[in-house]
Amino acid sequence: MAGVLKAPAAEAVAAGPPRRRTGPARLVLVRVAASAAVLWGAVTATFCLLQVMPGGTADVLLARSAVTPEVRDRIIAEYRLDDPLAAQYLAYLGRIARGEFGDSYVLRRPVWDAIGSQLPHTLLLVLATLLVTLVASVLLAVVSAHRRRWVRSSFSAAESLVVALPPFWLGLLLLTVFSFNLHWFPAIGSSSLSGLVLPTAALAAGPVAVMTGVLRDGLLRALEEPFVVTARSRGIGELALRLRHVLRHALLPATTLLGWIAGSLIGGAVIIEIVFSRQGIGRMVLFAVENKDMPVVIAIVLLTAAVFVLVNIAVDILVWMIDPRTREAGS
Amino acid sequence: MSPVVPENAAGGGETDMSPASGDTEELLSVRDLVVGFATGREYVDAVRGVSFQIGRGQVVAIVGESGSGKSVTARSLVGLAGDGAGVRAEELAFDGLDLRQVRGRRWRALRGRRIGFVLQDALGSLDPLRRVGAEVAEPLREHRIVPAGETGAEVVRLLGSAGVPLPESRARQYSHEMSGGLRQRALIASALAARPDLLIADEPTTALDATVQRQVLRLLRDRADNGTAILLISHDLGVVAEIADHVYVMKDGRFVENGPARMVLRTPSHPYTRILVAAALGQGRGPARGGDAAPAGPDPDPGRVVLRADGLVKRYRLPGRGAFTAVDEVSVEVRAGETLGIVGESGSGKTTVGRLLLGLVAPDAGRVEVNGRLWNELRGPERRTARRRVQMIYQHPLASFDPRYTARQLLEEPLRAERVPGAERARRVAELLEHVGLGDEVLRRRARELSGGQRQRLAIARALAPRPDVIICDEPVSALDASIQAQVLDVLADVQERLGVAYVFISHDLGVIRRISHEVVVMKDGRVVESGDIRKVFEAPEHQYTKALLDAVPRLHGAGPAGAQAILNPR
Repeated sequence: MAGVLKAPAAEAVAAGPPRRRTGPARLVLVRVAASAAVLWGAVTATFCLLQVMPGGTADVLLARSAVTPEVRDRIIAEYRLDDPLAAQYLAYLGRIARGEFGDSYVLRRPVWDAIGSQLPHTLLLVLATLLVTLVASVLLAVVSAHRRRWVRSSFSAAESLVVALPPFWLGLLLLTVFSFNLHWFPAIGSSSLSGLVLPTAALAAGPVAVMTGVLRDGLLRALEEPFVVTARSRGIGELALRLRHVLRHALLPATTLLGWIAGSLIGGAVIIEIVFSRQGIGRMVLFAVENKDMPVVIAIVLLTAAVFVLVNIAVDILVWMIDPRTREAGS
Repeated sequence: MSPVVPENAAGGGETDMSPASGDTEELLSVRDLVVGFATGREYVDAVRGVSFQIGRGQVVAIVGESGSGKSVTARSLVGLAGDGAGVRAEELAFDGLDLRQVRGRRWRALRGRRIGFVLQDALGSLDPLRRVGAEVAEPLREHRIVPAGETGAEVVRLLGSAGVPLPESRARQYSHEMSGGLRQRALIASALAARPDLLIADEPTTALDATVQRQVLRLLRDRADNGTAILLISHDLGVVAEIADHVYVMKDGRFVENGPARMVLRTPSHPYTRILVAAALGQGRGPARGGDAAPAGPDPDPGRVVLRADGLVKRYRLPGRGAFTAVDEVSVEVRAGETLGIVGESGSGKTTVGRLLLGLVAPDAGRVEVNGRLWNELRGPERRTARRRVQMIYQHPLASFDPRYTARQLLEEPLRAERVPGAERARRVAELLEHVGLGDEVLRRRARELSGGQRQRLAIARALAPRPDVIICDEPVSALDASIQAQVLDVLADVQERLGVAYVFISHDLGVIRRISHEVVVMKDGRVVESGDIRKVFEAPEHQYTKALLDAVPRLHGAGPAGAQAILNPR
């Protein structure tokens, strides 16, 4: 986490005037500079949040936990709460930049520790969901980009239905059918791989439906391009045509969408983790909000912002890789 | 455009090159090919019974205007006529194989391997996301022509033999990094990669300038001399005459004439062929208007000034300091039923004048009057009403049409804006189609599904929909084939005759200007250097620049075959 937050600022300074005009390196540097600004905004927002919360900042951070006066004095010293607001703000920025998120007095352990123990569970769920989304939507889109109208219509009807389902309800439905009735998968827990199946399915359903629609539209549009006739005139098969030529064109708009989905999955994980009683950031954030555990809330807000920023950089690099025509536009 | 020299047309020699004679073995034999498309509930035949043969080492050309069915004919030969196409024929044989029986996987074995296909590089016949080398390599891999390890070397060799300089580095480029000529050669290299027996080239040189065009044609002729049969599709008789042995002239899905290239060129028997010959010779221009010709149309007050501009000045700020005067003290007058031509080279300010007249751009000085009202005095609803009085036609109508709209929706949109009721709308749409000579079968189609000439007719119809006084035409025929140019100009003249609409006709092409205009304004560097009656200006130019412009156009002075002029001036 510290690395994530520190790297942008450091590199933005180091970048200076760009030496190379093209290439992914320059793209990343430009992006990183912009990302640093986003993260700074997020940090500032959390600082303001601390200021507007009722009660003194020390009390807010303590979240009404019973502590000794020495601990209280240490917080005041660390956050320089007796200094003017500007100094407090600079001290706050410095702490975050150094990756010091302090302690959670509710959990009675360092914030980093708490997040570190929960983050892998959520990351696993999010990554599994992303993978399923990508694979399933590409498969479904290739299959459904059919020239018969009724095939396309039935797929898009099914997609609308799935998008309309609330994830928690879908989660409960999956639990009832596959856990309680069929006993195929465990109902709770995050330790085993089979316990990952149902939560991933519940979380991925919506994104898969949306992505399939976007990909199919892209495929159908690309299939009308003149190069498709050229490719067919070379004797290649319909599947090769879709995989080798057309899919890449369809992936361009879908990549941007996937970036947005990836960022929003952290939020989506909250509900799924509760429904399936999984460990993870989602449960943690719920607990922290309930107990007004501000150090944890702040850390998670910043973590989410950092994830969004990283995902956006990844999307830009992906688009850069997929479409050679964008490579000059950046210079 | 390459000049046509009939003596060279048949590739030299006095032997009869007709495919029906001689000892050439027929590689492809087509008899009574009919291709139809189901559009909505109707079924339209695009190709209506054509027959031809191609022997090994022969170049056979099919020539016709856009929409004549020539591309559909070519695509039917590789089973790519499109979804919903019905292909029927008495005989459709390729090297002893009945193509009518070929389905699915067997087509794939033929395509690329036995029959190569080159499309016109309409910006995208090569996959823009893949390297050119990968595109050329595709047929090699698909048909396993060379061992996998040698694919790279073979691609370089193919590109080199297609006349691509520095083939090693070009193979690593993307198509958008190459010029049109290089892309076209890469396409040919890709089509020839698997050494097909028959190469079909659909408009392989249309986007290319004259010198590159010649190189590409030479490349094709060279392949034919090495034994490849070539079917060349083109709208330009001049292009095919350079290399074709036998020419088929196609119109409305049928062959109207065929024969050895030199014979078709020298003694065209069908009127349509004569138009093509004349177009290839650059003589496709009618007589100038102007002179005593009275303003056309039923206007009650002929000669009424409908659009007047006085002392127009438009400056643009340049990046950095300074300004650029695009239009400098330009005054024009357009009368009902008349055409004012604005001619000049690119950058002379003629398009800016058009935009000022339309009221899209506000002048820095001067004024534009529409029917006696000043553009800049009009506000809100009044301005919108005035907008209907002045319409616009662009060079590329496709870009000005909503791609999702059908022709009917495109034509109804301006009528809806005027709140024309439903029944009345249908009548007005039919009337508009009739004015521009389109059938109502186009109403269901979208702009993309229309030919270039049809699109421009549709653009004219849409411009006419609000019953304007003036239509500003900015290079409306510059993107069209020569023979279709003539048709669209005829439509414009005809509409003017009937409706009395005035045109401001902007073009760099003096031949087109001469044909359509009554009055002309010659522009250079934002200024009007000469203006007046079209005949007077063209026959006795006073300004140096006008003289230079006229001298730079050989076809207006250069004499073609005596017959061509006579053929083309029947009216």
